Amino acid sequence: MRVALFVTCLVDGLFPQVGKATAALLERLGHEVVVPRGQTCCGQMHVNTGYAEQAVPVIRNHVRAFADADVVVAPSGSCAGSIRHQHAKVAAQHGHARLAERAEEVAGRTYELSEFLVDVLGVTDVGAYFPHRVTYHPTCHSLRVLGVGDKPLRLLREVRGIDLVELPGAETCCGFGGTFALKNSETSAAMLADKMSAVLSTGAKVLTAGDSSCLMHIGGGLSRLRSGTRALHLAEVLAGVAR
Amino acid sequence: MPGGTGNLTGEPFPRAAREALGNAQLRRNLGKATGTIRAKRARVVAELPDWDGLRAAGAAIKDEVLAGLDTHLLRLEQELTERGTTVHWARDAEEANRIVTDLVAATGSREVIKVKSMATAEIGLNEALAEAGISAVETDLAELIVQLGDDRSSHILVPAIHRNRAEIRDLFLREMPDVDPALTDDPRALAEAARAHLRRKFMTVDVAVSGANFAVAETGALVVVESEGNGRMCLTLPRTLISVVGVEKLVPRWQDLEVFLQLLPRSSTGERMNPYTSVWTGPTEGQTAHVVLVDNGRTATLADPDGRAALRCIRCSACLNSCPVYERAGGHAYGSTYPGPIGAVLSPQLTGVDRNPTLPYASSLCGVCYDVCPVAIDIPSMLVHLRERVVQAKPVTPESAAMRGLAWAMTSPGRWRRFLRAGRLGRLLGGRRGVIGRMPPPLAAWTDTRDLPRPPEQTFQDWWESR
Repeated sequence: MRVALFVTCLVDGLFPQVGKATAALLERLGHEVVVPRGQTCCGQMHVNTGYAEQAVPVIRNHVRAFADADVVVAPSGSCAGSIRHQHAKVAAQHGHARLAERAEEVAGRTYELSEFLVDVLGVTDVGAYFPHRVTYHPTCHSLRVLGVGDKPLRLLREVRGIDLVELPGAETCCGFGGTFALKNSETSAAMLADKMSAVLSTGAKVLTAGDSSCLMHIGGGLSRLRSGTRALHLAEVLAGVAR
Repeated sequence: MPGGTGNLTGEPFPRAAREALGNAQLRRNLGKATGTIRAKRARVVAELPDWDGLRAAGAAIKDEVLAGLDTHLLRLEQELTERGTTVHWARDAEEANRIVTDLVAATGSREVIKVKSMATAEIGLNEALAEAGISAVETDLAELIVQLGDDRSSHILVPAIHRNRAEIRDLFLREMPDVDPALTDDPRALAEAARAHLRRKFMTVDVAVSGANFAVAETGALVVVESEGNGRMCLTLPRTLISVVGVEKLVPRWQDLEVFLQLLPRSSTGERMNPYTSVWTGPTEGQTAHVVLVDNGRTATLADPDGRAALRCIRCSACLNSCPVYERAGGHAYGSTYPGPIGAVLSPQLTGVDRNPTLPYASSLCGVCYDVCPVAIDIPSMLVHLRERVVQAKPVTPESAAMRGLAWAMTSPGRWRRFLRAGRLGRLLGGRRGVIGRMPPPLAAWTDTRDLPRPPEQTFQDWWESR
């Protein structure tokens, strides 16, 4: 299959290793990966902070960049969620009916990575080897906006050498929430503290999730604590390329 | 349409949250209390095979009420009047308070006993009555604790959730005349002391004020659900009964209660059924009954197609008990009678967003509130919608300028790639561990508690093209 990769702005600019792992994984499974040049950002931060009007041209840019793609895959539950549940709605609310229609088409062909692997490709064993103790955090937008359910866990369970441990209170928000982490930084930090003690209580050396944004937050906290536990994206674990 | 007034605004959320965040004991208490009730709710909700259907029915009935609010209200007024209740209409908190105060003053009583009611808390009735020299006695145990402590409620269902037993004992010893000086902090002893205190009031006070959980348009019946039975004492003993009811509390038909009396107790206390349900249609013999129908920003909320679903709320507090932000910041941080996720969408709509600009941001948009809401209010989407209205109401700010600038860069792939490449400058900030540590403002909001990764030498897209 020819897969158009939407790397997301955060992965593109700050976590390129996640994009590399996603591409490597898809290529290893025998698919052709393309990275449409016109892509920038899904505009979720604008929409969720109250700047939906400013997000309309960003959405238009996204729709244009992926108009010709057969299938779009993003290594992010929240960006895929934004494309599927916000793009057409925001466009329609701001009086862009044609854009809303086209956004709906792109959204219908857009998948988060674990959804794509399990639902579209029908694979759970991606041939990964990752000999570490790992715990998984189901990020809120993967869990509640997209409803990916246990797909990431089904993928992780097939990884060779992995010691997968359950995260207590897994479904509780880590406190990132986009600009929430800045506007309500103290509340965000209190939520993060509880999430980190849950992670550390598992003894896992790696925390994984399907969203680089939440991982930047939790991983940043774990790094500040010098805890020795790293935050790695699901794609990095599944690619089996992490050190 | 006028905005609501009364107890709906407070300090900005981030500042108001600081107190609870710094109080480890309070956070533990809140975490324990909400955790327990969360588990109970999940258990009894899972028992019902048709929960999703009930939830959809609850939402549909409330939407039907809202779509025809004018007709249903007139029907309710007619039915109430025909059965001997006097109906009053109040535009806002001041008007409602004036009506109730005048009614109480006309009876000559200087004291009223109260059934737990969010509407009277919202309009600040107790304060208004006090100004007129009338004292209002709360008869719900938790409300009484809040009142005796000259405190504010911090939860819809459990107003004194922030208080522990020892604090309550000290409060009773200080504030209740005739209390046994050897009172212990055993919950039974505390409840007994409150019972004796309230019994004296039930037997002597002749005016009661209530709210209503539901008002049935086709019969003019009012419904109060409760756990302790004290409300029922207020509804039956006094000779004058004044009920303050928000205009959205309507249900069209008697049979609609079948849905809500399943949804409400399971969502609020995690019980299959609440212990006391009182229904009355008109005054009992020798009683005078009044109903004050309060708008206080509700029709303004109704006018917004993206916000009106907030009026479906049946005040169960499932969203408070599930919300990770509420659990850390506590109810007082929301500065309103309505805390938690529902408060974050209801208060700004009742007052207008200009008077409550920080509440729509008091959420990480994790979505758990929507999952547990028994009338399926999509609180996260509503928060995003209200944020847009906050932004539109403001002039240019550094934030809005930055957002505009970013959006401008994001609409041109070339500009965007130059912007991301410029991020490499951030490498200079990286310390020996390969991360960016503590930084001055505005980065401090992030780096006070979290490291930032050092930006990579090459963006993904640049690497992709070079490979």
